[in-house]
Amino acid sequence: MADKPKVAFYWCASCGGCEESVVDLAEGVLDVVGAVDIVFWPVALDIKRSDVEAMPDKSITVSFINGAVRLSEQQEMAELLRRKSQFVIAYGSCSHMGGVPGLANLSDRAEIFRFVYHEAPSVANPDGAEPQQTLEVPEGELELPEFWDTVKRLDEVVEVDYYLPGCPPTPKLLANAVGALLSGKLPPKGAVLAGSKSLCSECKLNDTKPEKLLIKEFKRVPYTLVDPTKCLLTQGIVCLGPVTRSGCEALCINGNMGCTGCFGPLDGVTDFGGKAISFLASILDQTDEAAIERAIAEVADPAGTLNMYSLASSSLRRRRMKGG
Amino acid sequence: MAGTNDGWEPKIVAFVCNWCTYIAADAAGVARGQYAPNVRLIRTMCSGRVDPQFVLAALEKGADGVLVCGCHPGDCHYKEGNYKTLRRYVLLKRLLSQLGVNGERVRLEWISASESEKFKRVVNETTEQIRKLGPVKGSGGG
Repeated sequence: MADKPKVAFYWCASCGGCEESVVDLAEGVLDVVGAVDIVFWPVALDIKRSDVEAMPDKSITVSFINGAVRLSEQQEMAELLRRKSQFVIAYGSCSHMGGVPGLANLSDRAEIFRFVYHEAPSVANPDGAEPQQTLEVPEGELELPEFWDTVKRLDEVVEVDYYLPGCPPTPKLLANAVGALLSGKLPPKGAVLAGSKSLCSECKLNDTKPEKLLIKEFKRVPYTLVDPTKCLLTQGIVCLGPVTRSGCEALCINGNMGCTGCFGPLDGVTDFGGKAISFLASILDQTDEAAIERAIAEVADPAGTLNMYSLASSSLRRRRMKGG
Repeated sequence: MAGTNDGWEPKIVAFVCNWCTYIAADAAGVARGQYAPNVRLIRTMCSGRVDPQFVLAALEKGADGVLVCGCHPGDCHYKEGNYKTLRRYVLLKRLLSQLGVNGERVRLEWISASESEKFKRVVNETTEQIRKLGPVKGSGGG
């Protein structure tokens, strides 16, 4: 079986949903397993880091790395897999754009530790313990990973060949990507392996979106009776479909939720949040300043709404903690 | 801030509409008026062309302040471009405050073609305001 392509899966700062999406290939996973050798997959296989270190450089055909990079250990693992792999694919929103963990860039390490280890109402920490980087044990000194101030995308620490977007990517996109790699039909390096049009192009409600879309106010889902047969934007529900890459086949809209942008921006967009502001503000049909302020206040958390997955890949990347 | 920013001069990017503020700025120059040299003008066909991405990119690339100038409400050459600008600006400012960027660093002003005096005043005021705030620090927090 030596000549089967070798595949590795790894997770950094992620929730496990991307691993789940691999399992979601269901019986399709058998085709993948039949065609490739999975040589490293910590969540499912007992293979150690030292085993990967022992592999020859470039011996892994492709590594799928999910999760953002927030600990020094994750950078080390990404660098190790980069060295051992011909292709590295950033798998899922977190490794593509920082993802939801990237929202931690609204704080820094000191702020996060202060809340999580001292101030959170559920914390009992009478000794005021915090994570340390070194620990003395009878056998010697242990070194632990460093927790950074800023969450990074995978391509900030290693060269990335392709991006598979989504929170998580759909099994279909994964199967397509594996197929493309195995057949050698590869798009240009750096490509995002999903649609090239906006999500609206594959949304079943697109036909109900008027030519000129204008709304008087933004509404929040918990307080709104949503008509599942009409474009959510026409109902005032924030849906980022028009500025989000297609490829998921409008899963959230099929569940009567607006698109939150996990597939990231279309080609040519440098700042997803900026583009989202541009589009949302232009469909708001208000000209009076006070009315504009009132309507826009309904987008209660712009960073969390418009940069839910993309803060770590936005122009500013994080909050200015001082001197802003 | 004084003393720590020796030699530092505020860098301000101003996006100016072709039909109003750009003409006002030109008129200020023709009349040999003087205004702070800290401002770098970028002419756009309408303030509505100023994608919030441009403002974010300017701040990322080291602008200490950004001015967006367009026609007075009702006067837009394209009817309603400046209203779009206003709405984008309101939402953008809310995002910027979450990102720790002082709201005074980004300013929207309506300046018609005949208001070269106002143009000079706005540029000078903004420059002084940014001078008080000091330079935009790197990302802070590392």
